[in-house]
Amino acid sequence: MTVNFVLNGKAVSLVIAANRRLIDMLRDSLGLTGTKEGCGIGECGACTVLMNGEAVNSCLILAGQVEGAEIVTIEAIAKHGTLHPVQENFLQYGAVQCGFCTPGMVLSTYALLQTNPQPSEHEIAAAISGNLCRCTGYKQILEAVQKTVEEMNSAPSEHGRS
Amino acid sequence: MSADSFTVVGKPVVRQDGREKVTGAARFADDLRFPGMLSAVMVRIPAAHALIRSVDYSAINNDPALAAICDASDVPAAKTVGIVRKDQPVFCDKKVVTPGDVIAMLLGESEEELLRLRDQVRIEYELLPVLTDYCNALAPNEPLIHPEFGSNLIVHYPLRKGNVEQGFAESDHLLEQTYTTQRVEHAYIEPECVIAIPREGRKEIQIIGSIQNPFTARRIVADVLGWPLTHVRIQQAELGGSFGGKDDIMCLLSARASIAALKTGRPVKIRYRREESILESYKRHPYTMHYKAGFMQTGKLKAMKIDIIADGGAYASMSPFTTWRTVVQATGPYEIEHVWTDVRAVYSNNPYTGAMRGFGSPQPIFAQESLMDEIAVQLGMTPDEIRRINGFRAGSITASGQELAQHDVNLVTVLDTAVGQTAFAERWQENEQHIKPTWTPSCSLDNKDFIEPDQLLQKGIGLATSFRGCSLGAEGTDAAAAYLSLRPDGSASLLCGLAENGQGLRTTYCIIAAEILGIPVDSIEYLDFDTAYIADSGPTVASRSTLMGGGAVKNAAEIVRTQLEGTLRKRWNLATDRSFVFSSGLVALVDDPAKYISFLDLCALAHSTGVNLSAIGWYRGPRVHWDESVGQGPAYFTYVYGCQVAEVTVNIGTGEVHLDHITAVHDPGTIINLLGAQGQVYGGVTQGAGYALWEEITAPNGKIKELNFDEYLIPTSLDLGTITPLFVSGKETYGPWGAKSLGEPTLELTAAAIANAVRNAVGKRFFNLPLNLEEILLQRKLRPEDPNANQ
Repeated sequence: MTVNFVLNGKAVSLVIAANRRLIDMLRDSLGLTGTKEGCGIGECGACTVLMNGEAVNSCLILAGQVEGAEIVTIEAIAKHGTLHPVQENFLQYGAVQCGFCTPGMVLSTYALLQTNPQPSEHEIAAAISGNLCRCTGYKQILEAVQKTVEEMNSAPSEHGRS
Repeated sequence: MSADSFTVVGKPVVRQDGREKVTGAARFADDLRFPGMLSAVMVRIPAAHALIRSVDYSAINNDPALAAICDASDVPAAKTVGIVRKDQPVFCDKKVVTPGDVIAMLLGESEEELLRLRDQVRIEYELLPVLTDYCNALAPNEPLIHPEFGSNLIVHYPLRKGNVEQGFAESDHLLEQTYTTQRVEHAYIEPECVIAIPREGRKEIQIIGSIQNPFTARRIVADVLGWPLTHVRIQQAELGGSFGGKDDIMCLLSARASIAALKTGRPVKIRYRREESILESYKRHPYTMHYKAGFMQTGKLKAMKIDIIADGGAYASMSPFTTWRTVVQATGPYEIEHVWTDVRAVYSNNPYTGAMRGFGSPQPIFAQESLMDEIAVQLGMTPDEIRRINGFRAGSITASGQELAQHDVNLVTVLDTAVGQTAFAERWQENEQHIKPTWTPSCSLDNKDFIEPDQLLQKGIGLATSFRGCSLGAEGTDAAAAYLSLRPDGSASLLCGLAENGQGLRTTYCIIAAEILGIPVDSIEYLDFDTAYIADSGPTVASRSTLMGGGAVKNAAEIVRTQLEGTLRKRWNLATDRSFVFSSGLVALVDDPAKYISFLDLCALAHSTGVNLSAIGWYRGPRVHWDESVGQGPAYFTYVYGCQVAEVTVNIGTGEVHLDHITAVHDPGTIINLLGAQGQVYGGVTQGAGYALWEEITAPNGKIKELNFDEYLIPTSLDLGTITPLFVSGKETYGPWGAKSLGEPTLELTAAAIANAVRNAVGKRFFNLPLNLEEILLQRKLRPEDPNANQ
């Protein structure tokens, strides 16, 4: 089947078997390997991407569902070599260890901040509760997102609206 | 150098590999592709113990989707492998002893097609009796898992000190208890993946993978191929978590991929899905631990007798080393005159067990710390009091007869810090006074009493202490290498023989070199790991990276610095007693700071005069030894100490335990990267909480039930309260500026602290991990096959 969609701001048309998943389209057909597969059943969140602005598990989305959708992957979060504040704060606050869950974590928090620029501590924790991390115990991730919220609210940046 | 004179050591430093990781650019093994690469699919049978009668590939042999089949007949040299005991077949051809065992591997371009073909391989097998009750493994009528060894015993470590029977006779009180811990999974988020690439025109195999210990993998692959080590080249891709778990399994997968790559002449990738990862990879050992303690009315421990049996499962793997740490540390950080310990690891048809963060310590710590609290309650003392009476101090003698000297024995310091920080004793006593017998969980099930809504949630506080030998100890040779090369422009390349596991050792090593050379951390490029370019430094295990690898990096940087100093002395015509300060990219005379040169100019000068600015640093641990017959000797050259206080809320209606807060006090020596150190505590405590409360791999009839994260529950961002890491400093002779271990110490005592907090909340002691709803309410497991499950 042919699937037409917008990937990281560019129109894409892909000929692909109907039993392929969005994660297979990204990793195998398009070479975007920043999206990771950890469980294949939508439990770990490593494959999180944005679909029409919402964080979804790309291992649970079949090719046919992608038709007409707008997909954003981790590769498009930094703009022109400049990290998004969430990415920058992940570094500054030690939110990254092995880094396998990190792309999914970044996208889940990015999606949250798009719809809720002033999330509470609990809302942040809830937003990443579908993203498993075995290294960090989540504490420095939560801290990084909280700092981002503080920064973005004190000085609105272009990133916040991107 | 004193702590306050450091420039970068001890500061929060951003990870060197962070940028790639937050942008998705970091390449993990499964992100790599090579031209002509084949996929691989494993062929197994759903049996925990069976004789293989025949394997028939005739239905698939001519299928165009099949490029090749590999099985035992393709293994050129060592058919079985193992880090200690060579008992694990690369491919099974006689029998399987656990459902993870692999009989053959199919290769082709399409994984999907291979999965279709896999179902057409016809395997005839004869089921054998399955041994799952590991406590019974040594009974005479039980099936032998590996008959060639004559027994199911993998290893037995005795430890004998004093006269335990005399100690019991002299004691005022005796207390005997049995504790058990469960099997758990590492649950690294990245499943296993490895690629083997045959080198055209030369005898070399290149292996890239999610490999925790590249030198171990090199040795195993070389054994299997019958090649010299130098023809096997292991590179490490970014590693998506390991926690001890990507060792044996990755050695096996590397061997299988190599065999296939050499057979087909094409690159071969093996990547596991989560189910296959949990099915075949090893786990943390379940332990059954019988403790008997004799103690005086004053609280002083007099004698302890310990009998521990560890389920090694289907293969020996690291059991001989894991259980050795257990025998050294089984009595905890307490001075006891008479000790009699037996630790045995046995085979069974359960999933095999090996290295996992903690490595033979979380289990006995749960037992011994539960026991200490029971003794305190019996004597009317607080948990901190009983530990202060018995805890190690400078000059204390351990159970193995080692005198604790030459480092700060910080046990009482970490204890006092944690107790002071949390107002522990007062709160513990207050909770004890509020406990009523009718609050005991399960009262709601027994209909004995009505629970008032305000009594549903009970608060508890508990603590645990531990000591831990740093690095390998008498397990093996302990040395590490590092390569540092300064470029003419003052930038540097660095590589250590210990491998990045995600914990951040690249950054730690760059900080150490930057501190010695007085240059920015980011002017040092950390090289990709490749066994071709760096000396065997042993495995990245035992919380030894900062201590051993850090020592080697510091040594390399010092060698290069000495070369630069020599260059400058010659240039400035200085006597050899004049010394320099390297700081902020400048090199100045200590006694004449106005005389200086930039680091960059000095490197250029040295380069132009033909001075060698590359060095291989080396760090070797001091000698340790162990007498196996009586379990006596200086087991480790230094130790770390920890104390964690857990605060919990227990819902006595549902049995749910919520972890409100953990205060974690550790003495890792000098901290190199504060961000990394805090990250180790947060992550270790969280894994420890998962071990305490939720995680369990069950294997009815040897077959794992929890094969993915829908059933195997690890902590999420919503499951834990707050964690406060606190560090206590102390003098240490070894390691870079006295930096020692932190990774495993953070995890090993969390479950014990939580269990003691639960006891403080509800007044009842629990003896079996995990403390899930069933354990709290029923003290037994509910299983689908349980006839009483619906009661």
